[in-house]
Amino acid sequence: MSAAPEASTAHLVAVESPSKRFFRATEIDTRLLGMVGALILIWVGMDLIGVWKDQGFTLNPLAIWDNHSFLTPRNLWNLLVQTSAIAVMSTGMVLIIVMRHIDLSVGSMLSFIGVITGVAQVYWLSPWLGSESPVIWIVGILVALGAGALLGAFNGFLVAYAGIPSFIVTLGGLIVYSGAAWWVIRGETVAPMDANFELIGGTPSGAWIGGKASWALAAFICLAIVVGIFTNRSARARFKFPQRPIWAEVFLLVVGCAVALGTAWVVNAYPWPAKVAEAYAAEHKIPIPPDGADGLGLAHGFAIPMLIALAVGVIMTFMATRTRFGRYVYAIGGNPEAAELAGVNTRFITLLMFMTMGILTAVSACITSARLDAATNSLGQTNELYVIAATVIGGTSLAGGVGTIYGAMLGALVMQSLQSGMTLLNFDSAVKDVIVGSVLVFAVWVDQIYRRRQA
Amino acid sequence: MDAAKPLPLVEMKDVSIAFGGIKAVDHASIDLYPGEVVGLLGHNGAGKSTLIKVLSGAYKRDGGTILINGEEAHIGNPRDAKRYGIETIYQTLALADNVDAAANLFLGRELRTRWGTLDDVAMEAQARRVMGRLNPNFRRFKDPVKSLSGGQRQSVAIARAIHFNARILIMDEPTAALGPQETKQVGDLIKQLKAEGIGIFLISHDIHDVFDLADRVAVMKNGQVVGSGPVTAMTKDEVLGMIILGKCPPGATPGPGAMAA
Repeated sequence: MSAAPEASTAHLVAVESPSKRFFRATEIDTRLLGMVGALILIWVGMDLIGVWKDQGFTLNPLAIWDNHSFLTPRNLWNLLVQTSAIAVMSTGMVLIIVMRHIDLSVGSMLSFIGVITGVAQVYWLSPWLGSESPVIWIVGILVALGAGALLGAFNGFLVAYAGIPSFIVTLGGLIVYSGAAWWVIRGETVAPMDANFELIGGTPSGAWIGGKASWALAAFICLAIVVGIFTNRSARARFKFPQRPIWAEVFLLVVGCAVALGTAWVVNAYPWPAKVAEAYAAEHKIPIPPDGADGLGLAHGFAIPMLIALAVGVIMTFMATRTRFGRYVYAIGGNPEAAELAGVNTRFITLLMFMTMGILTAVSACITSARLDAATNSLGQTNELYVIAATVIGGTSLAGGVGTIYGAMLGALVMQSLQSGMTLLNFDSAVKDVIVGSVLVFAVWVDQIYRRRQA
Repeated sequence: MDAAKPLPLVEMKDVSIAFGGIKAVDHASIDLYPGEVVGLLGHNGAGKSTLIKVLSGAYKRDGGTILINGEEAHIGNPRDAKRYGIETIYQTLALADNVDAAANLFLGRELRTRWGTLDDVAMEAQARRVMGRLNPNFRRFKDPVKSLSGGQRQSVAIARAIHFNARILIMDEPTAALGPQETKQVGDLIKQLKAEGIGIFLISHDIHDVFDLADRVAVMKNGQVVGSGPVTAMTKDEVLGMIILGKCPPGATPGPGAMAA
């Protein structure tokens, strides 16, 4: 890691402590580990408090063992669905912040785009093509993505070519887009969205892929990890570079597969709602078993918004680490002048990055409006704050140059876990805000201490 | 100029650049021949770094022409300069601190696989080769350059400049962060590059360095060229006189900045 001693580390390996050797060999960021720890703490803590509360605040160890409030497949499934919209935007926000910029406009932009695609679906396409037309959802998405790309590129143009600080451009954007969203629909609620479009939100039946496909997806991810490890090893072997120790590879493989299979197991443990399952059984003439509709073994599996977030995470990680664009984004964040002197077209990269952020905001606008089955001008209100908070909790330095996509997505999950957990415990929404804000500041403080100790 | 001499590699004629009302470089003309080291001397703020940044594309000149191999060159940004084979080691090193040595080495010129993705392994392999030549003790290819020592960072910056078959090399205070051992290594490197026919502009505060390595010196003062000439025709004191007083000695060709005799 970066704290490794000067010059040749070869002779120092022998005296390294086992834990240090472990982190160096597996290349695991210790901050990532801290975040996973925080996540587990929140999950288990929320669960215990919830059960304790359900039991009337009496201490009954057995009850705690047998009952769960937070750690139920249903809650975790919902948690993942709720996280996806913020997680999608946080993947772009990381790179924006890495470039030493900020985008405060994503929340209002989300509202504006949601309203645009809502109006397009409900007022234009539906009357024109008939509400059953399968074209509506496709055009609806394209309209959203196009609007996102355009608005993002406009932000980027003002930052990169007009030289206005991104804070000001996007602060203005926050106000402008929220005004624009109101302007389009005059505060009305646009509903209902197209039936196919709604699936993007993960709420209606059919918006999830079921048990078998979920296991298949998890298996595919495991396979991809194996292939990835082997490709990397063979490439390094070709150039005779030092390899990661085998035990470290195995460890990463096992952890990666465990996360993939474990998630599949959780989402598959959440059965269809009884009514939906009964309707399905009636339609397909399947007898309902005596123990109720749960006995049909119809699992939710991964929901479409989770898959979108996963795909976005993979694509954005690929972009950040495997393409020139991503390399330039990080280099610009590390030293904008050096990047320019090295021949990087920093302005164009800045414009592209803001455009990407706009497209990601459009994706989130689709998820959010589909989930609500409506578009309102307050759809994405204060989302920019949650996205930035998730990114910062995920280890992105506001000074630029440092941050990871997976960290930000995990940060989004931490934020959402905290909020859902408190909702389950019937916290007042005012109290929730107080706690979430405090946790953000606390997390950054801990991170600062960690960085100072590492330096 | 002697007619028998080959075509100059670089000829900067009457180059001017002003920031606000201040003429940082005022009608400066310098040239450079293949296999030659030209030392550029002057006080802080004399305009030598600025002049050189015009050549490397970091600044746009307000006036004057640049000829490369006798043909007019259009240098509007660093990418243009690199196309003409001009590589620069900046005083600040101009490294992206948060990425590793190979990423810095190839910044702006990344190697890519046939799918268009970054070929990190190939870049690391080449980085290992060129760093092995410059600094055989260098092992930290995975660390961000922020965590490297001053000398190691300097060798990354030098490696970047020499790796892409530069024909014209600009070194702005290349030994500022180095110890005596490493300074000597850079000196050896300059001699080696010179033998390969590369032309080098060497900017330095250290007059001894310049006398050891340069064939010619050019001195700047207040944005103007005081004079230039072969080091063999001047003493160190005379060069100091040029730097401090702007007094052009008999061994040098006077420029517009020379004190009226």
